[in-house]
Amino acid sequence: MKFEFPELPYAYDALEPHIDKQTMELHYTKHHKGYFDKFTAAIQGTELESKSLEEIFSNISKAPAAVRNNGGGYYNHSLFWKVLSPNGGGDPTGPIAEAINTQFNSFAEFQKKFDEAAANRFGSGWAWLCVKKDNSLSICSSPNQDNPLMDVHDCQGQPILGLDVWEHAYYLKYQNRRPEYISAFWKLVNWDQVNENYKNARR
Amino acid sequence: MKTIKVLIVTIMCILLVSSPEIMAQTEKKPVSKGKTSHSETTKPKTSSQTVASDLKGAKEGIWGEWMKPVGKLEFYTLPYPYDALEPAIDKMTVEIHYERHHRGYFDKMQKAVSGTDAAEKNLLEIFSNMDKFPDAVRNNSGGFFNHALYWDNLTPKKQEPSRQMIELIEKSFGNYDSFVKKFDEAAANRFGSGWAWLAVDIKSGELFITSTANQDNPLMSIAERRGIPLLALDVWEHAYYLKYQNKRTDYINSFWSVVNWPVVEARYNQFKSIMEKVK
Repeated sequence: MKFEFPELPYAYDALEPHIDKQTMELHYTKHHKGYFDKFTAAIQGTELESKSLEEIFSNISKAPAAVRNNGGGYYNHSLFWKVLSPNGGGDPTGPIAEAINTQFNSFAEFQKKFDEAAANRFGSGWAWLCVKKDNSLSICSSPNQDNPLMDVHDCQGQPILGLDVWEHAYYLKYQNRRPEYISAFWKLVNWDQVNENYKNARR
Repeated sequence: MKTIKVLIVTIMCILLVSSPEIMAQTEKKPVSKGKTSHSETTKPKTSSQTVASDLKGAKEGIWGEWMKPVGKLEFYTLPYPYDALEPAIDKMTVEIHYERHHRGYFDKMQKAVSGTDAAEKNLLEIFSNMDKFPDAVRNNSGGFFNHALYWDNLTPKKQEPSRQMIELIEKSFGNYDSFVKKFDEAAANRFGSGWAWLAVDIKSGELFITSTANQDNPLMSIAERRGIPLLALDVWEHAYYLKYQNKRTDYINSFWSVVNWPVVEARYNQFKSIMEKVK
């Protein structure tokens, strides 16, 4: 499969003031690009080159750490940029709003659970909203650049919303105040994209 | 009167937490309002105080401090001002790292052990039985201890390893350059948050280099290779991101200019005194 480095769907300063320009620029051009380059280098000349990311992740336990870390970093950030938008935020809409209300009682309760997952992930990692095999939703977190598509993960599913809680995602603006960054994230969530992801994830 | 005092402290806390600008400009004042005053213990030393006084706990050498029950430990005192490690490590990073991160681990560690058996045990006992304690104890006791080792093994005064230290390093790593290279690799290749270590193997007494995830350390029973730490390098992004951003290797290179070799050597000279305690 030909892997491509995705374009950022908005300008570096588009998510100000919630995510600052310098953070966006470094995060995208250095961190994300770094994962992409290292991932393509790690699979070059191996049988993984012909596989999709989903296929690679479903057998990640048998792949070298460089594939797991950089493949995860490449995929996770690609999803992350898409679920953020300068016009995002507010309450969820459409089918995902219904599903959230049905399963978590309210958006507020859902948010509380997601915030806990993001705040309590110790060290570097991600918080996720996933669609499980039975089409139900689940909230979880993963360490480092792991994600719920990986067979090593105790929470399996198709991620439809992700939040990067590595310190590089927020340290320049928020330093040690991760909870403030998490609050700001809700002002940027692109619910149209989450709905799109939700539709594609259901079987 | 007391109420007003608490109110002022609370307002200060809110201001400090809500604005990095204010945080950077405000004079360093104790902001905690716990049952004990931390004004003495948390204030970093001024330049006039000697860095040599790092070697605390005379009775049991540098490890003496860690023999106290965790519940009775006080927060660590930074042995130099926030700007002392410039330009290798910038003032704002040291300030936030010490006052927010390190302090946070200490407070959360006390909260996690409070009212439990762990409060009566010392850190070495806890680390030696790490799998028997909850994550909150592991993460925060590790965070408290590791940062204390880290601050102690840094110094504003350029230091060189002694002849004894060089010989020890050569014995284990061939030569000094290969030691540095190996340590740098351990620090650079630790994916995510963690630490790089020079340590003494608990069984063989040999020096070795390793890295641990998050706030784990080589003393912990869960460590890949167990040892007594001699030199600690924090590679969490919070340790370097304000100045170095994604360039962790630049931070690692700068680290060597502020290593406190006499402290590393003192730890080595006294490692035998704690070997039995951590087995």
